[in-house]
Amino acid sequence: MKLRRSRLYVPGNTPKMIPPAGLYGADVISLDLEDAVGPDFKVDARMLVSEALKIVDFGPGVEVTVRINPLSTEWGRWDIRQIVCNKLDGIYIPKVESPEDVILVDELVTDLEEKKGLPIGRIKLFATMETAKGILNSYEIARCSKRLEGITIGGEDLTADLGGERSSDGIAIHTARQLIVLAARAAGIQAIDTVYADFRDMEGLRKETELVRKMGYDGKACIHPNQIEVIHEVFNPTPDEIVHAVKVTNAIEEARKRGSGVIALGKKMVDRPIALRAEKVLARAHAAELPIPTIEEIKAIEETTSSGTGKGGGDD
Amino acid sequence: MVNIDELEWVENAIGRKVPKSLHGQELHPYIGPFKHRPTKDHKYGPKLGYVADQTSELVSSLSMAIDKVGLKDNMTISFHHHFRNGDHVMNMVLEEIEKKGIKNLILAPSSTFPCQEETIIRCVKNGTIASIEGGSARGEIGRMVSSGNYLEHPMKIRSHGGRVRAIEAGDIKIDVAFIGAPSADELGNLNGVIGPSACGTINFSFVDARFADNVIAITDHLVEYPNFPMSISQELVDYIVVVDKIGDPNRIASGELKITSSPTRLKIAKDAVRIADLLGYVKDGMSFQAGAGGISLAFTDFLHDLMKEKKVVAKWAQGGTTKFLVDMLKDGTVRKLITGQAFDIAAIESMRDDPKDHVDLPIGAYANIHGKGCTVNKLDIVVLGASEVDTSFNVNTATLSSGLIAEPVGGHSDTAAGASLCIITVPLFRGRYPVIVEDCTTVVTPGETVDVIVTERGIAINPMRKDLLEKLEKVKVPRDLRICTIKELQEMAYNITGGKVEPNWGDKIVALIEYRDGTIIDTVRNVLPKYYDDAIFVDKEDLDVERREN
Repeated sequence: MKLRRSRLYVPGNTPKMIPPAGLYGADVISLDLEDAVGPDFKVDARMLVSEALKIVDFGPGVEVTVRINPLSTEWGRWDIRQIVCNKLDGIYIPKVESPEDVILVDELVTDLEEKKGLPIGRIKLFATMETAKGILNSYEIARCSKRLEGITIGGEDLTADLGGERSSDGIAIHTARQLIVLAARAAGIQAIDTVYADFRDMEGLRKETELVRKMGYDGKACIHPNQIEVIHEVFNPTPDEIVHAVKVTNAIEEARKRGSGVIALGKKMVDRPIALRAEKVLARAHAAELPIPTIEEIKAIEETTSSGTGKGGGDD
Repeated sequence: MVNIDELEWVENAIGRKVPKSLHGQELHPYIGPFKHRPTKDHKYGPKLGYVADQTSELVSSLSMAIDKVGLKDNMTISFHHHFRNGDHVMNMVLEEIEKKGIKNLILAPSSTFPCQEETIIRCVKNGTIASIEGGSARGEIGRMVSSGNYLEHPMKIRSHGGRVRAIEAGDIKIDVAFIGAPSADELGNLNGVIGPSACGTINFSFVDARFADNVIAITDHLVEYPNFPMSISQELVDYIVVVDKIGDPNRIASGELKITSSPTRLKIAKDAVRIADLLGYVKDGMSFQAGAGGISLAFTDFLHDLMKEKKVVAKWAQGGTTKFLVDMLKDGTVRKLITGQAFDIAAIESMRDDPKDHVDLPIGAYANIHGKGCTVNKLDIVVLGASEVDTSFNVNTATLSSGLIAEPVGGHSDTAAGASLCIITVPLFRGRYPVIVEDCTTVVTPGETVDVIVTERGIAINPMRKDLLEKLEKVKVPRDLRICTIKELQEMAYNITGGKVEPNWGDKIVALIEYRDGTIIDTVRNVLPKYYDDAIFVDKEDLDVERREN
């Protein structure tokens, strides 16, 4: 499972910010050729980013991606031509409104992979919907390409397109956020949320991240390295969740050994959603290198903490 | 200035060539951090006083005070640096001395600041000052020293503890100590906590007051006798002069020190806390020192969070004190606080309002290796900066890579030697200069006393600390905490920056780096002008604020 809790935007025309981008623990970095770069600097940024991809070591485990300009602009195609290389892991396509916007990029990338002798299909695609039209087409878009591993929502542009207002509760884009998750899940890919623009406001960031996590999102984009930690804290399973998941897995294992079809944890029955959720929690915990206690360790701790209460382990 | 060819050289314990003697005075090469014993049996003694019927030591003007103590050519004068860049005292005194036409003085301050540059440089050029003994030099004073054109003798760069040692041993014989006192009474009981120019503590002057032949206190806040607390007491003070203003309060202490927002520096600070924790140093009863630099403040803040999370309490902490340390004292994460310098208003107020748990102490008690006990030896963790670290873990905090004397050394070598875990927090490179280098341009702190180097791209442990390496093998190190060798860090730094540029040295000795025990650990030569100016290439943000404050 590829963790994409955090996705750090790095302005493509700022040489100073590119080499250290991989140092801050982001799961994904997106070298940005689009909104962070003014029209006069598009070509410079493209050259800088394509060179950086070749020479900068962003560190192990980081997914290195580029946000290109939309293909409807004069820069989009050139962006793709110049950045496709064996160090590029993915491309974020902005302002996607229809499946064709993605398919075209897919074809261009495939063509370049063939020409450059790169393995076909290794470069992943991610589509960002930031217009009403794009949001309403998101399911069609989400399943239009095998390369597509996630869809994202562009909060600022979408709010403007809707004629709404950006507010701390995010009410203007609330339904759109839900549609994106629905579309992503229906297509079996990831959903990644938009940025939280006030990078000094950690509490606001935490609140918004908690909201989208509850909605089902897999991750959130960020514009400042200092936002990464909060985002990871929110998306990481809590120690309690991990303990519960270990117990669930253990209960399933024990039932299997007994040959019993009924799985129980304490007084609660473990049904399929609970089992699936536990599996997901453990996969996330594993990918995020969080400590996962063994069932023996959990039992030992519960025995010492609950001794005398007569409650006993087993239930959470 | 002395030409290098005129001297006889010997190699010291870290392989640096140092002169055997200078101006007929024997010099001792550095032989190891804890090996050199005092060369004299007794401390230097100041002259005796006589106060049979005296009831006031007030004199009406600075000029008169200088006349009364009999300041003459070739004497040594000293100052403290507690007013930092808001100091008015040194300028005021030097101007008065200039008027009197006294020449060839030795200036022996605990440190100097940019607000004194203009006056000091003028006094050097017109012959009022012949040499500088002491503390450190930065900015324009550093440039002047590095040029090798003006001072008669090489400057002696000493650590805070080393300065005390030198005064007690009589290596610096202070004729007149001028002490800026935020409050004073008519017999010279002085402290730093009261008055419009309060700076918290005046402890850097304790040794000057005790060993100078004459002591003149300069205050802008005369209080009723007796002035409490008597940080420096009347038995040591000859005369008191009252002036309008001894300093600019806005520049003496920062209103509110802010933690760096640089993600790289925050990462370095956080990783320093994490490695200290992994190595088992964040535990109940610990002690630590971290200063007021950007990384150090963030270190203190992260450490505070971790200690609360782990529910551990430190017995004590010390340092350039700031709100961040005071907060730890207030919420009980730290039980006692020792202040060497008070950097912000919160620290000054805490010293005044909480004298039971928050005290200052003489700098000798903080760091003098030739005393009878110093707090640095009881430190578990110290976090320090550097301008360069080399592959032998030697640290440079005096010069830039260009050889220019630019940064104060503070208590760097003292705390590194004393603390059981000395962590150096530095970026891998600054501008186009690698910070981790093969050989330091100048060595201030020997590698033997340095344990861990934390950079944004990796952490190196001194291989001499086998215990730390063994400890790390036993714990699970998170993936993003990259442990590597110092050589790997240096290669990374060279790969990114293209390597170190050697200074354009001249052939004169402009400074001696004296280790805390009085031995010579390194020398600095004059720097010839080059086609580039390094100041342009160094990101100002990257120069640690802490080292500017010391």
